[in-house]
Amino acid sequence: MAKGIVFDIKRFAIHDGPGIRTTVFLKGCPLRCQWCHNPEGQAPRPELVVRGNRCIGCGACLAACPSSAISMDGNLTVTDRRLCTACGACVEVCYSETRELAGQEMTVDELVAEIERDQAFYDESGGGVTFSGGEPLLQPGFLLAVLKSCANRGIHSALDTCGSGEWDELDMIRKHTDLFLYDLKLMDDSRHRELTGVSNQAILENLQSLSQAGHDIRLRVPVIPGTNDDADNMGRIGAFAAALPALHRVDLLAYHDTAIDKYRRLNMNYPLDEVRSASAQRMNELAQVIRGFGLTVTIGG
Amino acid sequence: MPVSERVDRLRQRSLESPSTLSIERAQLTTKFYKQDTGPVSAPIRRALAFKYLMEHKTVYIGDDELIVGEKGHAPRAAPTYPEICCHSLEDLDILESRDNVSFQVSPESREVQEQTIIPFWRGKTIRDLIFQEMAPQWKAAYEAGVFTEFMEQRSPGHTALDGKIYRKGMVDFKGDIRQSLDDLDFLNDAEAYDKQEQLRAMDICADALIHFAQRHAKKAQGLALEESDPRRKAELERIAQTCSHVPAHAPRDLWEALQYYWFVHLGVTTELNPWDAFSPGRLDQHLYPFYVQGLEVGTLTLSQAEELLQCLWIKFNNQPAPPKVGVTAAESNTYNDFAQINLGGLRGDGSHGVNDVTYLILDVVEEMRLLQPSSSVHVSKKSPDRFLKRAAEVIRAGFGQPSVFNSDVVVQEMLRVGKSILDARDGGTSGCVETGAFGKENYNLSGYLNMPKVLEITLNGGVDLRTGRSVGLQTGDPTQFGSFEELFAAYNRQLNHFVEIKVRGNNVIERLYAKYLPVPFLSLLIDDCIARGRDYHDGGARYNTTYIQGVGIGTMADALTAIRWHAFDRQALSMEELLAMLRDDFRGHERLLQMLLNKTPKYGNDDDYADDLMVAVFDAYFDAIDGRKNMRGGRYHVNLLPTTVHVYFGSVVGATPDGRKAGKPLSEGVSPVQGADRRGPTAVIKSVAKMDHVRTGGTLLNQKFSPQLLGDEESLDKFVSLIRTYFKLDGHHVQFNVVDARTLRAAQEHPEEHRDLIVRVAGYSDYFCDIGRALQDEIIARTEHQVF
Ligand code: SF4
Ligand code: SF4
Repeated sequence: MAKGIVFDIKRFAIHDGPGIRTTVFLKGCPLRCQWCHNPEGQAPRPELVVRGNRCIGCGACLAACPSSAISMDGNLTVTDRRLCTACGACVEVCYSETRELAGQEMTVDELVAEIERDQAFYDESGGGVTFSGGEPLLQPGFLLAVLKSCANRGIHSALDTCGSGEWDELDMIRKHTDLFLYDLKLMDDSRHRELTGVSNQAILENLQSLSQAGHDIRLRVPVIPGTNDDADNMGRIGAFAAALPALHRVDLLAYHDTAIDKYRRLNMNYPLDEVRSASAQRMNELAQVIRGFGLTVTIGG
Repeated sequence: MPVSERVDRLRQRSLESPSTLSIERAQLTTKFYKQDTGPVSAPIRRALAFKYLMEHKTVYIGDDELIVGEKGHAPRAAPTYPEICCHSLEDLDILESRDNVSFQVSPESREVQEQTIIPFWRGKTIRDLIFQEMAPQWKAAYEAGVFTEFMEQRSPGHTALDGKIYRKGMVDFKGDIRQSLDDLDFLNDAEAYDKQEQLRAMDICADALIHFAQRHAKKAQGLALEESDPRRKAELERIAQTCSHVPAHAPRDLWEALQYYWFVHLGVTTELNPWDAFSPGRLDQHLYPFYVQGLEVGTLTLSQAEELLQCLWIKFNNQPAPPKVGVTAAESNTYNDFAQINLGGLRGDGSHGVNDVTYLILDVVEEMRLLQPSSSVHVSKKSPDRFLKRAAEVIRAGFGQPSVFNSDVVVQEMLRVGKSILDARDGGTSGCVETGAFGKENYNLSGYLNMPKVLEITLNGGVDLRTGRSVGLQTGDPTQFGSFEELFAAYNRQLNHFVEIKVRGNNVIERLYAKYLPVPFLSLLIDDCIARGRDYHDGGARYNTTYIQGVGIGTMADALTAIRWHAFDRQALSMEELLAMLRDDFRGHERLLQMLLNKTPKYGNDDDYADDLMVAVFDAYFDAIDGRKNMRGGRYHVNLLPTTVHVYFGSVVGATPDGRKAGKPLSEGVSPVQGADRRGPTAVIKSVAKMDHVRTGGTLLNQKFSPQLLGDEESLDKFVSLIRTYFKLDGHHVQFNVVDARTLRAAQEHPEEHRDLIVRVAGYSDYFCDIGRALQDEIIARTEHQVF
């Protein structure tokens, strides 16, 4: 049976589709968006996360590490990322939860059992499960098996995707997916390459195809001041969305810099410095731009 | 609708007046008892005392008021009950000087207390009698903090009224009493004389309340004569008319209905100081006919109805809970006297009870933002979503009201213990979360039981660590238990031991009240006291329950989980090591403390390992108590709620195996340990619902939500679904604090800027700045569910 790498499961997710949902975060992403708020979702393999402020300096991790990747600097530990194999040995002995692994192997049955735990809430609220990440499409076999299993149990499924991937795979997945939360960031391809690392061509084509196939899609547009919040970009998004074969709702999501700590825990640099969230007024203006194309726009959700 | 200027003034006055101690009742009661009444039976003596109070206590009618009558001599003046508990001068000092829930005591009052009250009552109160009668074992357990005793400073209450007063005046009750007197069988019934005394006493009380109302009518008439403002003059005349009609006769309109209830409320809470004050219960059901009729015939407008209700709300808020001292103050330290207005619910025919008055009262709750009365919405699967959604909007306003109950489960709870379906549907919850058949039941809360203390005593061979005294059974050396089951069996024996001590004590105390302090006035309101010719305290009510409230089930579940997981299953820690850590309060064991906190399954995360132990603790508690007989022909049952006792109980319990440090608060209600629930509200609900709430008489679940979580319409719908799901899983009650931790911390630092911040404590709300620091910290520590 296929195994997947899951880096988080959040219950009572109320902003990832209709009703009360459980959101499953699958690890690995083809994009490297500069504003990424789940940096622990980018790499496909498990990674060590260190929350330095919780450390009690007990030293247990030093003794446990088979790769001698950990040393002590005063009362705090330092981990040499080049030596760390993310084996998890230090996590086992770190009782203060300073050290954790982002990314756990799970079988389909294990994951579905977790998802099923809140079925009573899905039934009552018209909710279900949302797969997010990272990019769930990077684990297509696992995702497909989990989606089928959820469908068998009558659990509504949503896929939060960046849309970058092979159509063949998406084609297989889509047949078992009830709703797409489809991320759309930048229409200008060179800007897209610059800020996410990949071209947006496949993304736009896949979106076209999904819409063509009659899927229920919500477009999710993160608003990152100074990056994609210009009227031109929003206008192009609106025009593109309006031209899709079916009419879809657009969600504008204000960017927040809440992920800075996460980068620190992974010893990663935070690419965006000093970006403030867009004001409510600016969000409204941008929503108006897109509404101009006859689309339904929500802010925040 | 904006609040009228009148209501605004009344509200401000109620909020700004300090709480004072009113010596009048104590003085009058003492004066009465000093008279030579000759050889009279206890019920007659109590009835005459009640009559004396009704004839002599101050009649207060304030400016702007539409509903009149105060329990003390003035608003926010709390009377005392020296026949139950006679405050010493030191008690008065404490009442005046304590940081929270203080009462001003005037020099004159202090003098009266010293010169008159104390010399007469010292050694003769029911409280003195209780402590005299209790066995040494009881005292040892009480002092160790194993349980509390509700009746030591307040009389048994915990009841709410049904609809009878809206159909019958006191004159009609007198007719019923007459009938019962006529039916007495002096040839065959050995109790016929006792019943006659009891019924005569009730009759005296019915007259006394009428008299009290007439004194108000007279006063209003007098004020009307002096009044120059024609509008107020008319109002005063109307008040005079109202008070001369009710409570003698059944009310004819909304105004009379509200005024009638208020006189009854004053009567019950002046006769004695019953717990949970008293409550009109299902107010929307009771008032609906008057509301409809008033609108139909054009004698009432919507805004008048609203204003009258607001005036009643202010009356409730004018009555701080009786001044409590000692352990009772610690277990329930609040001005809130727990009157709880039930909304919605089910009707006798099984249909849901939501009507226009339900929504009107929710408006009033939202506009008034007062501590008292508490309000609750009772949601059945039949209730419309709009009802719950409107309640959610009020909850979102963030002052802890209303709390939310599951009517379908409340009814099931009552059916399980043999109440009729009609009585069950007519009932609801009162106090914090306690289930009862309104108008027909004496459901007496008798005290809290400290489960983690029982575990601690078990782990220490029967010894109370704090005092070194042997207070419990020797249930074996905990380091020698071969299995977790042996340890649990030892806990269970210890628990039963203390339950028996508690029940034995209760059974004596309930008799002391029946013998020495009957309540003929309250009795005439509760079925079937008149028909049986028996007092409320003496088995007169149709149903007679005694509850013992279990406290700390979350702490218990996590403590036992830690023991089982680390000492037995994984053997990572021996019992010796664990006990040593507890004795050291984890000092020098930082790493293992982190293990207990972070690497141990915890109740509240939908993890069966921990949740199963919660269920085991619940079952043991239930088995130890449910079905035992009380002295009123009824039975003991359980419920799980804390008021503020989890702070007091925590203060007497040393470190616990879940990683809780010595002296810190226990978990409250059926909620998980503060901060231990990390998987969001659905996981909490799943965990909590593994308990069989139907076998309780009430459970209390607290949830803290950040305000953003209820930000928009869509989230509000999801919130409604969350509650519906909890109820689908048979949860009894849930309440919410919608305020973020940052605001609470700011209020701790600058109380002067946050005087109006109201938070949900247990089954009631309180001003954040009025509760003790430990409780403030505890509320901040409760897990705040965030937006994902
Ligand atoms: S995860 Fe493994 S290799 Fe990396 S620091 Fe921890 S013990 Fe060492
Ligand atoms: S095991 Fe954890 S707490 Fe101990 S030194 Fe290592 S990181 Fe710090």
